[in-house]
Amino acid sequence: MRSLSYVRAGNVREAIEAFAAAGEGARYIAGGTTLYDLMKLGVERPAHLIDIASLEGADRIDTRGDVLFFGAGALMADVAEDNVIRHDYPVLAESLSKAASQQLRNMATVGGNLLQRTRCPYFRNGAIGAYPCNKREPGSGCAGIGGVDRGQAVLGASDACNAVSPGDWPVALTAMDATIEISGPAGTRSVPISDFYRLPGNTPHLEFAIEAGELVTGISVPKTAAGRNSTYLKVRDRESYAFALASAAVALRMDGNHVRQAHIALGGVATRPWRAREAEALLNAQTIDREIALAAGRAAFADARAGEHNTFKIELGARTLADAIMIAGGKIQ
Amino acid sequence: MSDAHDSKIFEVTRRQVLEVGTIVSMSGMLPAAAQAQGSVSQPTPENGATVRVSFQINGQPGAMEIDARASLLDMLRERLGLAGAKKGCDHGQCGACTVHIDGRRVASCLTLAAKVDGRTVTTIEGIGSADALHPMQQAFIDHDALQCGYCTPGQIMAAIACVKEGHASTPEDIREYMSGNICRCGAYVGIVAAIQQAAPQIERG
Repeated sequence: MRSLSYVRAGNVREAIEAFAAAGEGARYIAGGTTLYDLMKLGVERPAHLIDIASLEGADRIDTRGDVLFFGAGALMADVAEDNVIRHDYPVLAESLSKAASQQLRNMATVGGNLLQRTRCPYFRNGAIGAYPCNKREPGSGCAGIGGVDRGQAVLGASDACNAVSPGDWPVALTAMDATIEISGPAGTRSVPISDFYRLPGNTPHLEFAIEAGELVTGISVPKTAAGRNSTYLKVRDRESYAFALASAAVALRMDGNHVRQAHIALGGVATRPWRAREAEALLNAQTIDREIALAAGRAAFADARAGEHNTFKIELGARTLADAIMIAGGKIQ
Repeated sequence: MSDAHDSKIFEVTRRQVLEVGTIVSMSGMLPAAAQAQGSVSQPTPENGATVRVSFQINGQPGAMEIDARASLLDMLRERLGLAGAKKGCDHGQCGACTVHIDGRRVASCLTLAAKVDGRTVTTIEGIGSADALHPMQQAFIDHDALQCGYCTPGQIMAAIACVKEGHASTPEDIREYMSGNICRCGAYVGIVAAIQQAAPQIERG
C-alpha cells in the first residue's frame, strides 16, 4: 500500500475543498469497509484520503417529512434498526440487516454502501497481474467471461464485463424509486437511482454517475403505502453473512385484493441493481397467488444469459422473486 | 495534541519496549533505522506519512503518531502491545479482530487507526481481569465455547455487543447477529449457549 495523507473533514464544504486541495489520487473515505479492503489488495491506490464519516449532521435519519431521508453518513446498523423503517418499509430495513455483519454495519454508511464495488474474484484478486479485468484496468480483458463464472451476472452483462453489482440496499432503493443527493465543486444535484448505476457496456470501469470530487450527501425515498407490503429476500450459499446468489426486493401497492403497482428489483444476478419492469407489469391488476408470482419470476429472467457455471441463477432468481412476491403478498392487510 | 495525552498504558508499553530495546541493542542487533531515528519506542518505524491520534483505550488515555495507512488492529497489536484482537483474515470477513469503538463492535482490521482520534476503544484486555472475569468470559469457559481459542477474543467482544444491542433474546437471533465471527473449530453450539447464559447477567449489570 502506498504512503498516503489523511485528513478528517467537518462538513461537506470542507470535504470538497480538501479534495480539491489534495490533488491527484484524492479519495473520500467514509466507513472504509470497501475502500480500505481494496487498498490492502492493491486494487485501490489512493494518495490522499479525506474522511467524510463524521461530517456535521450527515448521520440524520428523518422519516417525518414528505419523503424518507437518510443522511449519507448514517450507519447501516442504525437505519436497519430504525423503528419506522422496520415497521413501514421492511424492504429497506431487511436489505440492510441481511447485508454484511453487525461489525461492518456499525462502520459502513448508507451513502458509502451505494458505491460498494463488485466482489468478482478476478476484480479483487487480480491486482498482482494474474488475471485481466476491464473494471480494474480498462482494456485488459475480462477473466470472468469464460472463467469460473458461478457467481457472475446473468442480466446486464456485456462482452467486456459480467461482474455482479454486490449490494442489497441499492437493490431495495431501486425498487422504491430513491433519489441520490450529490454535492461537488459545481454545487448540488439529485440523481434518480435508476440513472446512478451504469451498465458495463464497453466501459465497465465507469460504474456510478458521480464525478471526481463529488460526494453522496443523502438518499431520499418517496413515501408509499407499498412500503408495508414489502420484503427483501436474499438467497446465499450460507444462511447469513454472505453475498447474494439471488435476491429480490418487492413492494406491493394494493387496490383491495388487486395489485395497483408492484415495485420489484433484483440483486446478486445482474451487473447493476436490476429493476424488473416486466415482472411488475405482469402483476398489474392481478391478485397474488403462487402461479402469478412464478410467472413474474420467469418474466424477470426472460432475457437472462448464463455462462458455464451460473445457469442455476436463472431458475434460482425466478424462484427467489416468486417467493418474495408471496411474502410481500402475505403482508397485505 | 499535547504530551498530557501520553498515557499510563503508553508509558508502560514504552518502558517494556525500552527494556527489550536495551537487550537488543546490547547484542548489537538494533535495526539501523531505529537507531537513526533515536526512538526505540518505535521498533517498527512508521515509514509513511503519519497522523497524530489521541484516544481512550481500555479506560486509559493514549496518544501517538501513526502511519496514516495503519489499521486499528495493527496499532493495538504492534504499537500498544494489546495482542488479544487477532489478525485472522485482515479483510473484515472473520471477526477475530472485533473490538468496541464508543461501545459499538467493529472490525479493527478495516478501521484506519487515524479514525480513532478522539474515540474510545475497548479490547478484550479491557473487559475483565484474571481475578474478576467478565460474565461473558466465564460463560465461554463454562460452556467450552472454544477449542483453539484464536477467534475467542473476537467472539467475546462481539457477544458482549450482541447482548447490549438486544440481539441475544433467542438462539436464532444470536446466530444471526454473531454470523460475522467465524470459528473454524466449530464451537458454535457452545458459543450460543455461553451467550444465552451471560445475557441476563450483562443485562442486569
